[in-house]
Amino acid sequence: MNGELLIFLILAVTSIGGGILMLNLTKVVHMVMALAFTFLSIAGFFFMLEAEFIAVAQILIYGGAVTIMMLFGIMLTRHNDQDESRKRGLKWIAAIGVVAFFVLIVLAIDGINWMPEETAFVENNTAQIGLYLFGHYVIPFELTSIVLLVGLVGAIILARRDRKLNKEGEAHD
Amino acid sequence: MTSVPLNAYLIVAAILFCIGLYGALTKRNAVIVLLSIELMLNAVNINFIAFARFGLYPGMIGQVFTVFTISIAAVGAAVGIAILIALYRNRGTVNIDEMDLLKR
Repeated sequence: MNGELLIFLILAVTSIGGGILMLNLTKVVHMVMALAFTFLSIAGFFFMLEAEFIAVAQILIYGGAVTIMMLFGIMLTRHNDQDESRKRGLKWIAAIGVVAFFVLIVLAIDGINWMPEETAFVENNTAQIGLYLFGHYVIPFELTSIVLLVGLVGAIILARRDRKLNKEGEAHD
Repeated sequence: MTSVPLNAYLIVAAILFCIGLYGALTKRNAVIVLLSIELMLNAVNINFIAFARFGLYPGMIGQVFTVFTISIAAVGAAVGIAILIALYRNRGTVNIDEMDLLKR
């Protein structure tokens, strides 16, 4: 057992363990923290796959922004909500469906029979991503910026309190 | 040089995707449902990066697509949280089985 395999096993245990903790914990805030653990482990996978830029973006966006945003969402709705489970029948149906889906995926993965050729992978892949983003994929990149802008404005408008209507007291009850 | 095969990454990503799917289907709090969907998107990102490294045609395209996926997923999470806050203000609940306005 060499170091790479050891790191892979540790990351796999932490990521899957975080997910299973998310499924089994009762307090909502604890669930979010368990999933933050999982997101950081996924960033570790990205480091192992030599995608450093994506790994750092994962830490910043998922480990930081998305987790904090979900914590704000919990704080603004229910503070210490206990997530009691839904109906048992629905749960069993979902479990059976998910397990069937997983078996299907594992069979498909087992069918992979090409030998991955060892690539002399580029060392400065951040610069390569920049070249692709501003070269061949510049139009999707700009469209993404428009989507970000529209999402920002839409989120503000949706979450804003409508004071005028509340003062009149007729439209909102 | 690399001792971890491609299949190991794919299976870990499949397990994470299934955990996210189960959480999205069974959890009651809508914030956790959104977070489970984010976990599913992250599992797909692992697949992208693994195929960009070990796939039949390895290259940078997988990483570029992961950048797009991460940004669009962040937008989705932000708008989802905003809708949740507006819904909580109007209905007073965050449980998804009480969000049944269209059923009545």
